[in-house]
Amino acid sequence: MTAVATSIRVNLTPPVQYVLRIADTCLVHAQRLAEWCGHGPVLEEDIALTNMALDLVGQARALLTRAGRLEGQGFDEDRLAFLRDEGQYFNLTLVEQPTRRSSAHAPGGDFADTVLRNFLLATWLKALWTRLSTSADSELAAIAGKAVKEARYHQQHAGDWVVRLGDGTDESAARLRAALERAWPYTHEMFARDTVDAAAEAGGLGPARDALRGDWQAEVAAVFAEAGLAVPADTPFMSTGTLGRHSEHMGFILAEMQSLPRQHPGGRW
Amino acid sequence: MSETNQEWPLWEVFVRPKAGLDHKHCGSLHAPDAKMAVQLAREVYTRRQEGTSVWVVKSSDITASDPADKGMLFDPMEDKVYRHPTFYELPDAVNHM
Repeated sequence: MTAVATSIRVNLTPPVQYVLRIADTCLVHAQRLAEWCGHGPVLEEDIALTNMALDLVGQARALLTRAGRLEGQGFDEDRLAFLRDEGQYFNLTLVEQPTRRSSAHAPGGDFADTVLRNFLLATWLKALWTRLSTSADSELAAIAGKAVKEARYHQQHAGDWVVRLGDGTDESAARLRAALERAWPYTHEMFARDTVDAAAEAGGLGPARDALRGDWQAEVAAVFAEAGLAVPADTPFMSTGTLGRHSEHMGFILAEMQSLPRQHPGGRW
Repeated sequence: MSETNQEWPLWEVFVRPKAGLDHKHCGSLHAPDAKMAVQLAREVYTRRQEGTSVWVVKSSDITASDPADKGMLFDPMEDKVYRHPTFYELPDAVNHM
């Protein structure tokens, strides 16, 4: 019997890590959105949330395939998605935070968390995809050209919900404010700049994260104004998921994502 | 808040499958307002490329004929075959009909 690896180790270079950061952010965000499947507040929104999750899985798949080729050991999208150890995932810490109160491992969160996070991220991804569509890497540019349409819709749908909750009842506005308080400190990481960003910028692979801040702030402020939400003050806290150092929630979400592919390596059905 | 305000209104959804064809009624859904109804219609009824355009109409804004009047309203047309073009014989001079 041939042993099949259930754990892989990626050789990190700045371009590989740059692409994995985006891929993992899409992948883990999709996983959190998909937790609503069968639990949405109404049937129609349940379908909307899972549709958006599937868009993000599609984006993650394409990016992981690209990252695998840049990395060079022949890892395909499945192995990259499911067989890395925690320290080799590079998603924004925001997306791994729990959002739905129902699982034993999800201590907090509700629909307002999902709506707000989806809006903050879709706005960020839209700015990122827009710039990536002129990447020197033609494959990345093609992925971005397709993904930007999806992100534009996600932003509109989530943004419309932010307005409806913020400008809705006292209860919905209070929940949205609480969700904003929880999410906001993690937005700092969206605009951090390090050597990986600098290398991508210099090589024409894609923008550094700090270049996205202006567009993001303007669009977020416009929707918040309509929703009656105050933009919170920035905090010094800096999360580190993009460096592979995650919050306590990451292990649980990975366990859920990885248990099946690790029990049935190479399984097909 | 009154009982009726607790539930979102019902919307009828019309989808145009492609340019040049008519919007066709394809179902209904609940949504808090018209803008969200369009988005949710897109999610529920066009996820397999069924459409290029969506209309939504509040179900309560539709005035419908009474099913009990079906006989009165529609049966009288049963014996009026002359209203179909196939009832008439075309002159030879008219081609390609």
